[in-house]
Amino acid sequence: MPPVIDEEKCVGCGTCAQICPLDVLKYHKETRTVTVRYPDECWHCRACAIDCPKGAIQLRYPLSHMLLHMDAPTIRREELE
Amino acid sequence: MSVKRRSEIIKSDVLIVGGGIGGMQAAITAADEGATVVVAEKADTRRSGSGATGNDHFMCYIPSYHGEDFDAIIAEVTDTLVGPLQDLDLLRLMMGRSFEVVQKWESYGINMRPYGEDYAFYGHAMPGRRRYHLKYDGQLQKPLLTKEAKKRGVQIVNKTVINQLLTDESGRVIGAIGICTAEDEPEVVIFQAKAVIISTGNASRMYPSTNPAYLFNQADCPATTGSGHAMAYRAGARLVNIDMPYLHAGPKYFARCGKATWIGVLVDYYGRPVGPFVNKPTKELGDATSDIWQGVFQEKMENGSGPVFMNCAENTPEDTEFMMKSFYSEGDTSIVDYLQQYHIDLNQSMIEFGTYDYALCGRGLDIQLSGQTSLEGLYAAGDVLGNVRGDITSAAVFGMISAENAAAYAKTVDFAEVETHPLIQESMDLYNSLLDRKIGAHWKEANSMLQQIMKDYVGMKVRSKTLLKSGLKYLGDLKRYCKEQLKAENAHELMRCLEVLDLLDVAEAIAITSENRKESRGAYHHRSDYTYTNPLLDNKFQTIEQKNGEIILNFRDKVR
Repeated sequence: MPPVIDEEKCVGCGTCAQICPLDVLKYHKETRTVTVRYPDECWHCRACAIDCPKGAIQLRYPLSHMLLHMDAPTIRREELE
Repeated sequence: MSVKRRSEIIKSDVLIVGGGIGGMQAAITAADEGATVVVAEKADTRRSGSGATGNDHFMCYIPSYHGEDFDAIIAEVTDTLVGPLQDLDLLRLMMGRSFEVVQKWESYGINMRPYGEDYAFYGHAMPGRRRYHLKYDGQLQKPLLTKEAKKRGVQIVNKTVINQLLTDESGRVIGAIGICTAEDEPEVVIFQAKAVIISTGNASRMYPSTNPAYLFNQADCPATTGSGHAMAYRAGARLVNIDMPYLHAGPKYFARCGKATWIGVLVDYYGRPVGPFVNKPTKELGDATSDIWQGVFQEKMENGSGPVFMNCAENTPEDTEFMMKSFYSEGDTSIVDYLQQYHIDLNQSMIEFGTYDYALCGRGLDIQLSGQTSLEGLYAAGDVLGNVRGDITSAAVFGMISAENAAAYAKTVDFAEVETHPLIQESMDLYNSLLDRKIGAHWKEANSMLQQIMKDYVGMKVRSKTLLKSGLKYLGDLKRYCKEQLKAENAHELMRCLEVLDLLDVAEAIAITSENRKESRGAYHHRSDYTYTNPLLDNKFQTIEQKNGEIILNFRDKVR
């Protein structure tokens, strides 16, 4: 779900969990790891991805947030006539 | 689990509730004025609120650019995006001091001139008219504002959400009750202050998102849940204009502010422009159609002539490149990321836009020119304001103005005793009841029911006494059930439960004022039982406040 953390790249600094505006991520101090605790509370602001010092976070956009698109309409102007 | 109470009380001349743009500008200014300052922020001020990762349009009057005709700019503002629901003395004050803030922001390192030496004004504009949206790059605005505040010795208390204001017997605001959510076990933190500034933003999650299954698919930050509106209203502050809906628009099922960041023409299926303003896309104007005709997308869906699309395919390559960069400035990097992940090319595809549901942006606290609310010691800034609206500008400018006056006020009063304030125990009892419950309701159950009631009974399509009175009854029932049944497993869930309770308080106030407005007005207050607009209510704003347990409604004159 939304933020996807690359465990290979993550160094466990916890920045993402600290700055997430929606408290989606949980930092576990003991193990220096981060888990995506509340995925459906993600706003997809990408703060975590932007501020990750290792570029270890990508966002997956859920199908519930589909960006509806159509081919640009130059073709359909003919359809109108 | 039960809630702990921190023994230390956090004390400051000025307490700022909410560390968004308004709160951080307030913190910087109050510190410059010599006050000791604390900011309580539910997330982290480096990336919180609706400006978390950026913004790109700053309403601004710059004499060297606009010329001396200030009134022409004021007229432009009320004609377009933010509309006429503003006291003109406040709007004039805000615009008059807007350039001062722009210069301050430049000194903080925020890029207010990303396109060269000159200030550039683009977007949210109509052809042949003056443009007043300064196009800037806000990607780093929050980290930079945070840095400036820290430089001045401001104490930032992150991951701490304020739930109640504390008042003395005379009604003066003297502190607040917060909850630290940094650990799973919540901790109550008491704040003592000579003055408090509320800058808590919008009330997201009050109405359903365009895909209602996803509560956090919201145009504005879903962490802004009307809590400032609610805590101030509970403390006796006056709210204004909350019965008059404002609707935002953008990509239909991916709710996101920043419609003016899009350069293109709003067109129908056949590619015909739906509005009168532009036929050819340009970065200078954007398409102001949905600023003026906010419901265009919904209306055209309902009458079958939709959908309406944002067509960027006829942009010049330079304008498209400019737009893609602007998405970064606006904080909409997820739009760019999504387009890349799904291989959508805006040179070939157009994106369907939709109208989002009612937002309380510029509907809320009734303030004076000093930024003071109707309560002594309580000031406000930003989207939580009800009688002036300017988005980033009203946050930054009223952050500054409220801070100047709050800092001056703080010099005239002493700290009042808060440690044994009865509201602390009362609030802790509520928190403990939520945390202690073994079997109970999840906050999402309540939040989704609230949205459904608001949509069906306090909606934008039709309003009437019977609908609104029924809705109010159901909201009251839901609130009671929430208090009896809501269950929180940890600090995070406690915060979410309290957000729902805050939304419910504001929802009731919206239902009450909407029922009391016995006329139809504007595009979204349609009363089926009062289908006409009452001229006696022209240039009047409706207010609501609570005094000694009683609700007081009034139609006051708009300042012209």
